[in-house]
Amino acid sequence: MATNSAAQANVIDLKSDQIRQDLLRPVFHTSRRYYALVFVLIALGLPGVFAYLYQISNGMGVAGITRPVFWGFYITNFVFWIGISHAGTLISAILRLVNATWRRPVTRCAEAITVFALAIGAQYPIIHLGRSWLFFWLIPYPSERGIWPNFRSPLLWDFFAISTYITGSLIFLLLPIIPDWAMVRDRATGLRKRIYAILSLGWRGTPREWHRLEVAMRVMAVVIIPVAVSVHTIVSWDFAMAPVPMWHSTVFGPYFVAGAIFSGIAALIIAMALIRKFLHLEDYLKPIHFDNLGKLLLLFSLLWLYFIFSERLTVWYGNQTSEMAAFWSIQRGPFAVPFWTMVFCNFLIPFPILAIKKLRTITGTVIASSTIVVGMWLERFLIVVPPLEHKYLPYDWGNYHPTWVEIAITAGTLMGMILFYVLFVKFVPIISIWELKGGKRTEPVADQAHASVSSAAMRLDSTLPSGNG
Amino acid sequence: MAHRWGMVIDLDRCTGCEACVAACHAENNIATVGDAEAARGRAMHWIHVERYWDGEFPNVRVGFRPIPCQQCDAAPCEPVCPTYASYHNADGLNAQVYNRCIGTRYCANACPYTVRFFNWFNPVWDKPLNLQFNPDVSVREVGVMEKCTFCIQRIKAAEIKAEMEKREMKDGEFSPACVQTCPAGAMVFGDLDDPASMISRFSNSVRGTKLLSEVGAFPKVTYLERESSHGNE
Repeated sequence: MATNSAAQANVIDLKSDQIRQDLLRPVFHTSRRYYALVFVLIALGLPGVFAYLYQISNGMGVAGITRPVFWGFYITNFVFWIGISHAGTLISAILRLVNATWRRPVTRCAEAITVFALAIGAQYPIIHLGRSWLFFWLIPYPSERGIWPNFRSPLLWDFFAISTYITGSLIFLLLPIIPDWAMVRDRATGLRKRIYAILSLGWRGTPREWHRLEVAMRVMAVVIIPVAVSVHTIVSWDFAMAPVPMWHSTVFGPYFVAGAIFSGIAALIIAMALIRKFLHLEDYLKPIHFDNLGKLLLLFSLLWLYFIFSERLTVWYGNQTSEMAAFWSIQRGPFAVPFWTMVFCNFLIPFPILAIKKLRTITGTVIASSTIVVGMWLERFLIVVPPLEHKYLPYDWGNYHPTWVEIAITAGTLMGMILFYVLFVKFVPIISIWELKGGKRTEPVADQAHASVSSAAMRLDSTLPSGNG
Repeated sequence: MAHRWGMVIDLDRCTGCEACVAACHAENNIATVGDAEAARGRAMHWIHVERYWDGEFPNVRVGFRPIPCQQCDAAPCEPVCPTYASYHNADGLNAQVYNRCIGTRYCANACPYTVRFFNWFNPVWDKPLNLQFNPDVSVREVGVMEKCTFCIQRIKAAEIKAEMEKREMKDGEFSPACVQTCPAGAMVFGDLDDPASMISRFSNSVRGTKLLSEVGAFPKVTYLERESSHGNE
């Protein structure tokens, strides 16, 4: 990825002042359209809040889940959002470690997706609880009940995995924002200056501070990769640990991780395209970024095909009665339509778009990403529901039909995700200004303050392991 | 002294009358969910009778299989519960502590026999069932899982009685509501650790099988298969 980093370093050939002006614009100027967008998102999200309150006051029964399909849309959404969260931090960490210079405008968009998708995804296990108000019993704390949570339960592993991941991702996102917030602070007045003064933690840009930031980012990039991989493996174990036909599979760990990164990159591409269009950052998020991420997406599309093929082939070849019921209900039964839609969305449509260089444009990658996001949601649904409909004893088979409550909550959290992102763009320069300027090695520095920024950032690069080797 | 409670169900004797289901509802204060909810699969029958048909019409044979919680020795429902609501008690029963349950429903997914039931709404009882609660059994609120307990209230009552009379519990001294009710005498309950008990003798019968033994949950309910089921009728 970083083999031609020298050539790509000059991807952005703009003056420092221009960069600062372009990237700080969204923070300082808010259009009427922006308020309208926030209002629309809140309006579309509110039915979800109402549906959740309705579910709490009336009982879980207002959702469509039933016996034997005790998990439905909520767990599907949980796995989906945790999957989406794998774009950001993981990709950003890998790109930082291999010192891929083209990453500079991409990392923050990606890391923000992680934090918000995790925040959304982590709601679902709570929404799905029969008694949501007691969710804190998962937390090990010395209580009057005198018992610890059950450390053998994959749900508890989930709790630890996700809380570790969200903490790590938040630190990973916030650390490199500090110098940018300091930059906003230096240019703001009044209340905004006071807020950003608190947020930037008294950053002055001394060499010592730059050194600490550089060390912290290097440590975080290394630490966060195993955390990210383990999180979705543990999510997959929610299923693989249970003796349910077609859940009890050893391939689920890597299968889920690959699927997670796959859907995550797709979400990242969509987010980048929207940011590019609406914040007019055409000079920063360039076709080469979409081209590079498109190649990565192509790789994961193939990986996804490999995993689903090996998962389904082994089940079919093994031909166990209990598993075949669920298997055929997906291949040619009531779930055939979502299954083949998924194959189209995850492979047949994106593969040619991403494989042919001419089609791998911004529009092309966005189309491919959109179908992939839909396809990956279907994949999660097909993992959760059909096996539960067809457990061992045919007398106990059943059907799942989602109700408006589940649909409203699903739509509500999607709006919530977009809203978080839209607000984030308003409070944080969505492209890391100091990192971008650090990448401009040939750029003559404007003043002393920025000299320290640039030189420190360059030092950051030179101390990272090189991807050329 | 700990016991190991088990059950034997003789499929040759079962007539599929479902008296066990009615007795269980009455004994354990199980809510009636109404037609619409039952049609959605939300009926709660801690013991239910599954019907399976063998053969093609007109040579059809119907078989009945009453399925209570199998009280597995290696119960898949237990390790997955994050709050120990589902746990193994000293008598080897898969106990369910309603107050600890937060309603993840993971246990119900993990159970291969689908014998765990969720309170989708606060419980209601059709009249006049609301006038005949069993005072020894707690009612369950919305959002918790419930299941067959082998009538643990009867086990405890018999234990206390034996202790007060300073003696060991006797085989057949008491039985769960379903066993007590079964008009065909198809069900036997007792202590599997007592080699002299009726259930120990039945469990070792050549007709004895475990339901879904391939899953490896080691259930404590033994089914005595129909003698004629191996022949062609």
